[in-house]
Amino acid sequence: MTRTPPFRLAQGGRLIDRAFQLPFRFDGRHLRGVAGDTLASALLANGQMLMGRSFKYHRPRGPIASGAEEPNALLSLGQGGRFEPNQRATTTPLVAGMVTRSQNCWPSLDNDLMAVNDWLSPLFPAGFYYKTFIHPRPFWKHLFEPVIRRSAGLGAAPTDADPDRYEQAYAFADLVVVGGGIAGLTAARDAAASGQRVIVLEQAPHWGGRTPTDHPGGQAAIDALLADLSGRANVTLRRNTMATGLYDHGYLIAREAIADHDPNAGLPRQRLWRIRAGHVVTATGALERPLSFACNDVPGVMLASAVRDFIIDYGVAPGQSILVVTNNDDAYRTALAARAAGLDVPAIIDARPLADGALPQAARAAGIRVLTGTGIAKVKGGKHVEAAALCDQSGDGRVLETIACDVIAMSGGWSPVVHLWSHCGGKLLWDDQAAMFRPDPDRPPLGADGKGNVTVTGAANGDLACAGGLEQPEGATMPVWVMPARAPYRLRAKMWLDFQNDVKVSDVELAAREGYASVEHTKRYTTLGMATDQGKVSNINGLAILSAALDQPIPQTGTTTFRPPYTPLTLATIAAEARGEAFQPLRKTPIHGWHETHGASFEPVGQWRRPYCYPQGAEDRHAAVNREILAVRGGVGTLDASTLGKILVKGPDAGRFLDMLYTNMMSTLPVGKCRYGLMCNENGFLMDDGVVARLSEDSWLCHTTTGGAERIHGHMEDWLQCEWWDWKVYTANLTEQFAQIAVAGPKARALLERLPGTIDLAALPFMHWAEGELAGIPACIFRISFSGELSYEIAVPAGRGLELWQILHREGRDLGITAYGTEAMHVMRAEKGFIMIGDETDGTIIPQDLGLDWAISKKKPDYIGKRAQQRPHMTDANRWKLVGIESLSNKVIPDGAHAVAPGRNANGQRNVQGRITSSYHSPTLGKPIAMALVRHGPSRMGEVLDFPMPSGDVMQGRICDPVFYDKEGSRLNG
Amino acid sequence: MPSDAPRSGRYSVFAIAREALRQHSGWKRAWASPEPRGRYKVIVIGAGGHGLATAYYLGRNFGITDVAVLEKGWLGGGNTGRNTTIIRSNYLQDPSAALYEKARSLYETLSQELNYNIMFSPRGLIMLAQTEHEVRGYRRTVHANNLQGVATEWIEPARVKELVPIINLDGPRYPVLGGLYQARGGTARHDAVAWGYARACSDMGMHIIQNCEVIGIETECGQVRAVNTSKGRIGCEKLAIVVAGHSSQLAEMAGFRLPIESVALQALVSEPIKPCMDVVVMANTVHGYMSQSDKGEMVIGGGTDGFNNFTQRGSWHHVEETVRALIETFPMISRLKMLRQWGGIVDMTGDRSPILSATPVGGIFVNCGWGTGGFKAIPGSGWAMAELIAKGTPGPLAAEFGLNRFREGRFIDESVAAGVAH
Amino acid sequence: MLILTCPYCGVQAEETELHPGGEAHLKRVGPDGSDEDFEAYLFARKNPKGVHFERWRHAYGCGKWFLAARCTASLQVFGTYKAQNPYPPAEIVDAIRAHRPDWQPDWTVQHAQAESPAE
Repeated sequence: MTRTPPFRLAQGGRLIDRAFQLPFRFDGRHLRGVAGDTLASALLANGQMLMGRSFKYHRPRGPIASGAEEPNALLSLGQGGRFEPNQRATTTPLVAGMVTRSQNCWPSLDNDLMAVNDWLSPLFPAGFYYKTFIHPRPFWKHLFEPVIRRSAGLGAAPTDADPDRYEQAYAFADLVVVGGGIAGLTAARDAAASGQRVIVLEQAPHWGGRTPTDHPGGQAAIDALLADLSGRANVTLRRNTMATGLYDHGYLIAREAIADHDPNAGLPRQRLWRIRAGHVVTATGALERPLSFACNDVPGVMLASAVRDFIIDYGVAPGQSILVVTNNDDAYRTALAARAAGLDVPAIIDARPLADGALPQAARAAGIRVLTGTGIAKVKGGKHVEAAALCDQSGDGRVLETIACDVIAMSGGWSPVVHLWSHCGGKLLWDDQAAMFRPDPDRPPLGADGKGNVTVTGAANGDLACAGGLEQPEGATMPVWVMPARAPYRLRAKMWLDFQNDVKVSDVELAAREGYASVEHTKRYTTLGMATDQGKVSNINGLAILSAALDQPIPQTGTTTFRPPYTPLTLATIAAEARGEAFQPLRKTPIHGWHETHGASFEPVGQWRRPYCYPQGAEDRHAAVNREILAVRGGVGTLDASTLGKILVKGPDAGRFLDMLYTNMMSTLPVGKCRYGLMCNENGFLMDDGVVARLSEDSWLCHTTTGGAERIHGHMEDWLQCEWWDWKVYTANLTEQFAQIAVAGPKARALLERLPGTIDLAALPFMHWAEGELAGIPACIFRISFSGELSYEIAVPAGRGLELWQILHREGRDLGITAYGTEAMHVMRAEKGFIMIGDETDGTIIPQDLGLDWAISKKKPDYIGKRAQQRPHMTDANRWKLVGIESLSNKVIPDGAHAVAPGRNANGQRNVQGRITSSYHSPTLGKPIAMALVRHGPSRMGEVLDFPMPSGDVMQGRICDPVFYDKEGSRLNG
Repeated sequence: MPSDAPRSGRYSVFAIAREALRQHSGWKRAWASPEPRGRYKVIVIGAGGHGLATAYYLGRNFGITDVAVLEKGWLGGGNTGRNTTIIRSNYLQDPSAALYEKARSLYETLSQELNYNIMFSPRGLIMLAQTEHEVRGYRRTVHANNLQGVATEWIEPARVKELVPIINLDGPRYPVLGGLYQARGGTARHDAVAWGYARACSDMGMHIIQNCEVIGIETECGQVRAVNTSKGRIGCEKLAIVVAGHSSQLAEMAGFRLPIESVALQALVSEPIKPCMDVVVMANTVHGYMSQSDKGEMVIGGGTDGFNNFTQRGSWHHVEETVRALIETFPMISRLKMLRQWGGIVDMTGDRSPILSATPVGGIFVNCGWGTGGFKAIPGSGWAMAELIAKGTPGPLAAEFGLNRFREGRFIDESVAAGVAH
Repeated sequence: MLILTCPYCGVQAEETELHPGGEAHLKRVGPDGSDEDFEAYLFARKNPKGVHFERWRHAYGCGKWFLAARCTASLQVFGTYKAQNPYPPAEIVDAIRAHRPDWQPDWTVQHAQAESPAE
């Protein structure tokens, strides 16, 4: 029969307010809904049953459900940065002005050319793509895969950034109740009465679950519970909040829709709740199962519960003539609701041989024809239901009668929602009586104390009559997995299990026959349950079919694993505020602002950003670096070294501790002196370096690399707390307490002596330090040098770092004072042959590789890494060692280039004998310089190595001393 | 075998057409489901990709088909069936590059060889450089790969954008400075790799025995004799332990300990959307990687938990970190929705490189320690492992991956970033 | 998302406050140790599927390292204790036994008592 208006009933609709008309658009058409509608109810009210196309065969699809389990009615929503594909129409509240589009169809929803796949479907059984598209080989990448990719997917990809705001919040509760139906609210009331802190989460915008729809007096019962709960200070009620996943030790993630589709509300769009729950009660209800009869996917075939939801909750008539097909009593409610709304119910088709419970009696009393022992042989209709051909349920599908109708309301029984229970390992048992998997109370998910931390109540626990006094007794459900029972292949090949992914009974049976017999194999081979509803609609039916095909009981087949989230969770909600500038904390030195206003080009170094260089005018970075180096070497420059780690180590055993920590001896360092130290891990590899200053008899200041500060401090604490816990040592990470400025260059002292102060620089030898006042600021001055020039590193309280920096630049203007960045520092240290952690080291390098044997104490019996460095591979004479490399071509040999040796190894790879670890153009020397690790390098001075380039060219370099500049070290004294 | 046609029947478009005419009733089992015999020449424990590939190359390269592959659960159900399907060989160290490139090159023709479409998709793979340190590391890798016979190149940001139009090069925190590009890296269908090898093994007469848990290993005078299983005692001449996360448990049964810790690694997928990204992108600075499956889902992976864990569930905050990183890199995914998240138990070694090795017990060999990146190695791993088992000593591919390296300090360390610069 | 109680500050710490540190009760092997012992110290891990003793640092709290007895299969936490214990203390052993009667320590109790630090 054809579909005829009116689609909005004259009466009813407990969730809608007809006074507020809301205009919206669907595929360009201007339509109207009313306040309280979902997109699905609004479209149905406009007679729009066709809402999508299936994934594989592009068959026409209408909604089959009214809630979160809906697999078909997925729409694209919004425009520009707010465009969002795959929105479930059944759970999306209608907002005025909404722009919606259908998906996965071309050129239009009504006339989708890809529906040709449906005609070819005999060629596309489960897993067909594993058996073909194999030859010729290049065709997969260049032809088959692109075609498959284009026809797959659902909605279009968004293109723009998302302008909306998302937030996160924490909550803690003794008890979290998930589900605001009658079972959940009752559990919350009982717990609240005992004084527990209770949070109740409900996914929908309204409370009560199915109770107000299914039971006269249901709304009153819910209202009474809500009145009790909302009067309690220890109860929080939260609607529009979907508990998406339960994680270990009672960590519950929930998504609250705040201004989900209303960008003008000025509110965050969604909020992610991170709830630590002492205990969780899941009262998540149950989902109705479809029945597997031929062409059960034609638009207009809907779950019986959804049909009555649309009638009772939204005042929508999905059709004028509603045929009910069922294996249980509950679906009779749909027939009664339809009849009460003035719609025609031509018959109730009941697969059970008998139906004489209270509800069937009521249906018969209302004059509705009830056919028992009957099933549907086939649905007639293409883009909407036109009629159903009936048959004997126990037979093979011979048609007894055909009944015209425009909607078929089907019910195959109910399956408890066990997702949250299962997320953390709760186990299920098969209840043969009720034909359902339900939580096994003896095998719950466990909390930190090893006790069960989830309990289940209501329909989620298989108690389908949980509305207590509101319930009427119902007859037993009869499992019906195939309708009719002895349906031949041609019918089974049209019985849909997974509506979105086009998985049919015949596909599951094929998988079983081919040996994909584990439920996980079947799922993956057929894609059953892998659609956006994650099998909410299809899983139980599918595994019942699989069990029958394998001739084994359902519990032996088992279920696939339930994984979070319960419904798809917006990625931006997961990320929440941590986006853009707030993505990660940005650490700034006290001088950061000056760098910004002076044109610094920054590089990220851990969470810091350090000036790489300060390009002036039209300078590029390379020119700026060269200028900065020449300024330091010829005059004076300043480097913001505040990011260097500064760790105070103090106590009677501090010297002994540092002797274990560093490869060299620190306990013998005299007060007032500095020493360069190397730190290895227990595996022997160099992990950090820096200058250590002895501050007093019992305290040392350890400088670390920028990236090393927290790591090294943690490393120290680890050894102090866990291994040498009886040593009296105290550490403090002072990195951010001090700003540190390197003042380097032949004019460094001249500059500093212009500043009033109490420290006699003339009396401060190299590798010494002194404390006093400089320019009125308390300061420690360390005479150390990473550039090879006369150099002072000045530490001042962080709050005064910028002040000192500015004074230096003011006083040094006539000396040509120049701020230099990390790259100039890198080049200058390379000119001096100083190693850099992270350049010359990469976690596989021991100090001995770098010619740093002088920094390894021979006197100490032990240090961290010493034992490791005695292993055969560490003492192997063939290890690559540090040398300098002079390019023969006057071009810089690229960093990372490898020196080849003759021949190939057993795997056909070119043999190599070294690689460049640092490589720069030296403006000081006017030529390229490089450092490298080379096999037997130090004994091969003058040898020329070949460095093949990926381009095919070969560059050549001569092995030389790694110290390129001022070998005597005379410049250290200015 | 009597003819060229495998016992499971030959797959082709013609076979599908033929079957379409007879309601697909003629398809045979992809692999047999036999009861175990009392004894096999070689037993492989673990019917994941690595175990099945090991068995397959034992037959293909060495003619050893008296093989049983024992699987505690369902074949391919461990990390083979729960990874993000990335295939690449752009490794830095010579031994790794050799092994992973062998695997990658075998993947190129695996569909044809197995007559099973494993959907190897050499769509290209980019590892983004987002710090100067990473730039240096990846440039070094290009130099190394060039000499190793691995085709990679360094690409500038503009080329990155051309290959990945949805990327944001100028994120406020970690701008994209370039990338390490392997044009013939990509993805494959993970389940199909296990199924294709399983079918080929079964066709060679090997026994794949599922739901068969090994509960003990019997040795005599330092030599393996048999395994005790939930389906009884099964004797063997040689035994290969290829079980990823549970390697320590099996090693304990045989009486030795491995340098392995088992931790959870997580992944997630979005709902499917139409094609928007043709290459695989990895962003190591911010810890996230993403590709788009043929079904249209954005497949996303992140980091591991730091504590030992056998639950196949990870910690939520890793999901947050990964998703944040990827929204920074790909702002258009913001309103996509996470469809499913899951975890696998990965076996991490002391140097994060795998172990292909003989063991202190005669006749027992281990293949483990693939950590977070085993899928890409499956064919090469099986190839090298088969050689090790057949000959008793490793060939060149496995030579450097022995257990003795941990005693000698001869590590294969791919994490070149020891620390950031001064 | 684990919760562990820091035995120093008593806080029920969220996993995000904590930094994991691997197997507990390792005995350091110094320059005099054999190759075999040194390898075992660095790499040979128990990695049990079941009761495990492990190190954690209350990194975003009091900063202290502590030890935990935890099941790696069920994630049940039997207890936490201070890092200075060379062996799990008796009350931890009792807590494990209460849930896992068959579980056996792999160290000798007399030895453990002898080396327990004075509190």
